[in-house]
Amino acid sequence: MRYPQLIAVALFSLLAGLASAGQGRLLATGGASSLEGAAGGGITPWAVLAGYGERGEWGADVFATRVETADYRLDVAGLAASFDNRVEFSYARQRFDLGNLARNLSLPENSLSQDVFGVKVRLFGDLIYDQLPQVSLGIQHKRQKDFLIPSLVGAKRSEDTEGYLSASRLILGGAFGYNLLLNGGVRYSRANELGLLGFGGDRRDTRSVLKEGSVAVLFDRDWVVGVEYREKPDNLSFAGESDWADLFVGYFPNKHLAVVLAYARLGEIATLDKQNGAYLSVQGSF
Amino acid sequence: MRFLPLALAQAALLSLIACAQQPAQDASLYQDLGEQPGITRIVEGMLLNIAGDRRVVRHFEDIDIVRLRDKLVEQICVEAGGPCIYTGDSMEESHKGQQLTPSDFNALVENLQDAMDQQGIAVTAQNRLLARLAPMREQVIDR
Repeated sequence: MRYPQLIAVALFSLLAGLASAGQGRLLATGGASSLEGAAGGGITPWAVLAGYGERGEWGADVFATRVETADYRLDVAGLAASFDNRVEFSYARQRFDLGNLARNLSLPENSLSQDVFGVKVRLFGDLIYDQLPQVSLGIQHKRQKDFLIPSLVGAKRSEDTEGYLSASRLILGGAFGYNLLLNGGVRYSRANELGLLGFGGDRRDTRSVLKEGSVAVLFDRDWVVGVEYREKPDNLSFAGESDWADLFVGYFPNKHLAVVLAYARLGEIATLDKQNGAYLSVQGSF
Repeated sequence: MRFLPLALAQAALLSLIACAQQPAQDASLYQDLGEQPGITRIVEGMLLNIAGDRRVVRHFEDIDIVRLRDKLVEQICVEAGGPCIYTGDSMEESHKGQQLTPSDFNALVENLQDAMDQQGIAVTAQNRLLARLAPMREQVIDR
């Protein structure tokens, strides 16, 4: 059995055995699921851990996300589990449909897929209560599955590992009486378009320090509105790679369901500019 | 009018001192919570919610619930900037031996939030009260 399948099976067993899954954290404090599977916003992870488990409890979620831009479509599905509000394991499968680009250029493949395996550890602090904000360190191992096109446009490797440090804080009443969520992080990565176009490139093959962050306001316990930003590297000379941003609305009706709708500005992707569009993510938590 | 700047500075200084001597905030939160009757309804609603909450109800089994209500009303009144005096035990003392976990604390927060929802308290006022109570978590859990 290969390594990815083994991890997937282990995670599924974990989910199946979640009889002791806790609900000890407050609503929405497990965040949604980011494109790479880690708990967070949509395009960036937050320092929070997946699900609602507090000390001594399990938490977990499964999610599906679709991003539809002018010329492309990205589908992501994955799952994440956390224990003790301390450590999180996640897996995501991304499939990037090249759509118009594949048709226009008669490309040998019409989609690019990637597996992302993640681990996130809360180092210190708490999202709400502690003196210090919650700070987490994450590692993501990514395996690009269709490397022909990335290699043709200059990508150097089909798999890579990257790290990120994230700090999150919910300030009670911080936005004119509404709760304010602040999140900031740095990533050390050479992934081209998340890794869908491979890692490193003809222009630059070393990792870059990339900033990411988000600000959100919780209008009540169920509804959150915010913006996100993610800096991206620019390793390939055949096309520019834009920083990403989005404006999102999240709905958390209970501790088992979350829906996030966003308007994403993804800029230039693989020579096609103005890739703005809709982002929809549905998450189930246990 | 060459004394005007000095007089202004003096007035500003006096008001600063006055502010420093006041409680941490004005009484607007106390009013937003419905003053004494409103706070009493919130606390009673919270205790009713706790009574139906399997997660935490066991921590309330052997206590004088009327006294608890009165002390909670006093405490929230004080935290909201109201004209009350808290006469209960310290947070550390009153939770000694309970071994409350972070999950228990959040369950109590949820019961309080539900009670405030039931009383129609504005979200912004709810958040201001929670912001006053949140720092007490360290004195409440693991005692």
